[in-house]
Formats: sequence, C-alpha cells, structure tokens
Amino acid sequence: MTVSPPVTEADGHDDAPEPIHPEDAGQWTAKLRATAVEAFPPARILPDRQPAYVASALYVFGVLTMAALSIVILTGLVLAVMGPTWWHVSSTGLFVNSLHLWSVEAFFFFMVIHLWGKFFMAAWRGRRRLTWVTGVVSFLVSVGAAFTGYLSQQNFDSQWISTQAKDGINSTGAGAVFNVLNFGQMLMWHIVLLPLVVVAIVGIHLLMVRRRGVVPPFAPEAAPAPAGDTPVGSEAPVAATTAGEAS
Amino acid sequence: MSGDGATVRIRPFKRDRDVEEWHGRYVPYDLAKEFVVAFLVVAVLVLLLAVVFSSPDEKPVTVKAWSTNLPVDFAQTAITELDGTSPTATYGPPYNPGSTSQSIGPLSLERIAGVHHPIDTAETDVLGPLRTLPDQPAVQQAVAEWDAASPATQAAWTAAYEKAVTNATYSDGQLHVPTGDYGPVGTMIGGLTAMARSGALDGALLSTGQFYGTDYTKPLLFIADGNYLSGLATSQHLGGDQWGMMNETGNYPGQAWLWLYTTFYQVRPFTTSANADFQVWSIMMFLSLLLLLVPFIPGLRSIPRWTRIYRVIWRRHYRELAASGSA
Repeated sequence: MTVSPPVTEADGHDDAPEPIHPEDAGQWTAKLRATAVEAFPPARILPDRQPAYVASALYVFGVLTMAALSIVILTGLVLAVMGPTWWHVSSTGLFVNSLHLWSVEAFFFFMVIHLWGKFFMAAWRGRRRLTWVTGVVSFLVSVGAAFTGYLSQQNFDSQWISTQAKDGINSTGAGAVFNVLNFGQMLMWHIVLLPLVVVAIVGIHLLMVRRRGVVPPFAPEAAPAPAGDTPVGSEAPVAATTAGEAS
Repeated sequence: MSGDGATVRIRPFKRDRDVEEWHGRYVPYDLAKEFVVAFLVVAVLVLLLAVVFSSPDEKPVTVKAWSTNLPVDFAQTAITELDGTSPTATYGPPYNPGSTSQSIGPLSLERIAGVHHPIDTAETDVLGPLRTLPDQPAVQQAVAEWDAASPATQAAWTAAYEKAVTNATYSDGQLHVPTGDYGPVGTMIGGLTAMARSGALDGALLSTGQFYGTDYTKPLLFIADGNYLSGLATSQHLGGDQWGMMNETGNYPGQAWLWLYTTFYQVRPFTTSANADFQVWSIMMFLSLLLLLVPFIPGLRSIPRWTRIYRVIWRRHYRELAASGSA
C-alpha cells in the first residue's frame, strides 16, 4: 500500500500557520511570524492559478513594468560601481548609460499603460484602495527619481534642466532643502534616497496586489446589485488557496 | 450583531467601491514564468534600442566657452552681476532677499522658507574671482578703487558702463567698450572677460574653500543669467515655450511623462504670468492629489463605469457571460 506523504507548507498547498507554542504566546517574533503567515501564505504570495477573467493583454503591463524596473536598477548599479564620470569617457560606459536610459523610457511607457488600464478597471474596488494609492505614489516618486537622474548627467542637458527646474521647485519653498543645482545632492537623491522609496513603495504595492488579488469585472449592468448591504471592511472576502484566490 | 456579540457595521453596496466575490472558474497562471519571459523581452528591447540609438551626451557649457563665443554678452551679464540687477541678483529666496519671489495672492512659500543658499553676485561672480589674480596689478588697482568708492559712486560707474557696453565689440583679444565715465569698471570687466576666456574663471567659480566640491549652484546661476546657454537650448528645441522640460537634446525622447506639466507652460495665462511656476506647480500638486484619491471621490471613481472601456478589457469575460445567459 502506498502512503501519500503529508501535504506540507513547503509545497505551497498547506497555508495553515504554525501555531504559536503556549510558552511563546507573548513573544513579539512569534506573533509577527503568525501575522505575516496569516496575511501572506505562500499560495497567495506566489499563486499558480488566477480567476478566469484575468485574460487580457493589459494584465501584462504590470509585470512588464516590474521587468523594466529590474533592468533600470541593474544598469544603475553598474553605473554606480564605475562612478559618475565613467560613462562620459568610456564607450562601454556610454552603452550601459544607453541601457539605463532606454529601460527608464520603457519603464514609464509600461507603467503609464498599467496605471490607466487599472483606472478603467476601477481596480480600487473591493478593499483595493491602498493598492491604487501605492501605485500612484510609485508613479509620482518614479517621476522624481527620473528627474534627479536627468540632473545627475553632468552634461548640457542637466545644466539646462536644472537651471529651468529651479524656478518651479523654489516657488514651492522646497528649494531651501532640495537644491537642483547641487550635483552632489541630486546624485545622492537619484542613487540612494529615491530608489529606496521606489523599491519600498513598489514592494508594498505588490504585497497589496497579492493580498487582495486581481479586481473582478463589474457585474453586468442589467444584473441587480447584490441584495442587501455589505459589511464594512469585508466587502471583498479573500481566500488563500491555490485552488482559487478570491478577490 | 454577530454571534459573538461584536457589532458589524453594514453599508449599501456601491458598484464603484465594492465587488462581488468571484465564484467562477480559476485557471493555471505561471507568474514566475511570466516575469522571466517579460524580463527577457524587455531586456532584448532595451538592448536593441541602446545599440541602435545609443544615448545623448552633449558637453556641458563652460564659462570659457560662453565668453569665447559671446564675449560681449558675457561682459553685459557680468556688469549686471556687479551692480545687482541680474536675474540671480534680484531672484529672492532661496538665494538672496531680492524682491521677485513668486506668490499666489499673499502666499509666497519661497519667502516663508527664506534664504538658504546665499549668493552675493558681485562678490561671487566678479570681485572674488578678480582678487585671485594677484599678478595683474592694473586689475588689483581697479578692484581697490572700487572697494574704496562710495555706493553712490559705484552705482554711477556701473550705470555708465552698462549703457556703454551695449555698443561693445570684441576684437584682437580685447573687449572694446565706448569711452565713458565708468571709473575702474572697464578694467574690472575687461579683466574678468580675459580671465573667463582663459578658463581660469571656471575654476574660481567652483572654488568653495574645500579641495572637493560637488555644488555647481553659483557657476550655473551665472551661466544661466547670460544668453549663451538659453541660445543653445533654443537651438536644441529645449526652450520653455518649446515643450522644453519634456524634450531631450538631439532627437531622443526625454521626460515624456511630464507632458501635462509642460502643457501649462504653453498656454495663457501661464505664458505671461510672473508667478507661472508657482501656479503650475500648485495645479500639478492638486491634480496629483486627485489621481491619488480617485477611489475616495464619488463621481470621479465612477468614470470607469460610465466610459465602459472595461467592457473592452474584459470582453472575453462578458462574452462568456453572454453565452451562458448571465448577461
């Protein structure tokens, strides 16, 4: 007789969080682990099935945005390793800079299509408002990250952009601490501060997408709205199963 | 009231805020494979674009290049830095207490923030650099004469020179300015022009008293006060009235995502407003906030349902619903 092995957490089919040992009931670490596993069981973080309505080319633009961001970061790391002057004096450096530039262009192209696609899906429905908000913040911070990149080029373009942009930024009072004419400060913002914020916000955005799932289509307008009312805070029940990730 | 005695608040179902739980089919979806394929596709795309188009890298403008190509413009700018009438000298916060700071009504945020990068253009751009030329006694004597003069005398000299320099020419390595009662100013500006053309002024403007430096605020403001930088920018279609902020040198795509921000600078009243920057930034911050808060704003969050573009996005889903007789 063949005995099936027990289903374990490792294969992604058992999401039950490990119970906290009574002795550790007051332990912060145990509580944090239990909360994290409950909110993000493996099958929800990396689902292998999606609702059948996830069937449009528009869905690809989210992952294309992530792919482009990955290349932006990788090429930026190479430029950072070699220093800010390298790409001006080396053909290899210029090529890496070109990869960086075009991946940024691709990143924004994909992200804007993703953003407007999600707008027309009203993707904030069903307790997904934080997903929308983190997405918009990602876009806005990315604009700032790209802007400081243009200021950090050390060429005619950065001279012109900085001397033009100073008036807008100064008019808001931000020029007191954010000096677009200070190359050293802009480089630090571009390669440290803003990438950290972008990666953190995008990370939260992805976690929210996985937690709430992909927003379902509008019910056909002919169909009546669900009878009765919706309990506040539970209008979009979520399930954490590989067999079906509810929205 | 729930069974355990806890109170559960309920609210009406709203199509633009709530969703019905999905009870339909689930299909296999390989997320990891999708990311790897997407990464490879984007990598190849970026590689091709980089190989075919490369990236722009126009050399930066130097004071040497400016004074060599437009020596009269350089001299005309230098005198406005000395007499405190240049755009930088009259800018206001964060550079100096000048009077031209932008406002909406009585509100001026830059004035509230105050001066944080103080710049005395006469000292920074003219007198300071000239004092670094000890081997030029005529220039040092002119600076000493300037320092000893009263503010009224200095103002009379600069006014006379500013008028005369409009008819200046440059030839044989010399700035030729019509004679006038401008005291030592002619020698000073002539010396500064020669210093700039030699490249020494670039170094002097960057000097901060420290060995290392990364702050280009002072030389950039000086260069931007002249017409050389803006002339080059206009020829590269980068001017403010040429959608400049979203353009790039050459034929490269720039920051196209700034199209809405740049649009405001092309239309009235912003093309003629003295407070255009503050007004446009205020509008952009308001619009960004609206975009951020779409899910919370009744009416705005209904636009997707009203436009029915979602019917195209989810057309397969609705087709299946129609085939099953559910819609």
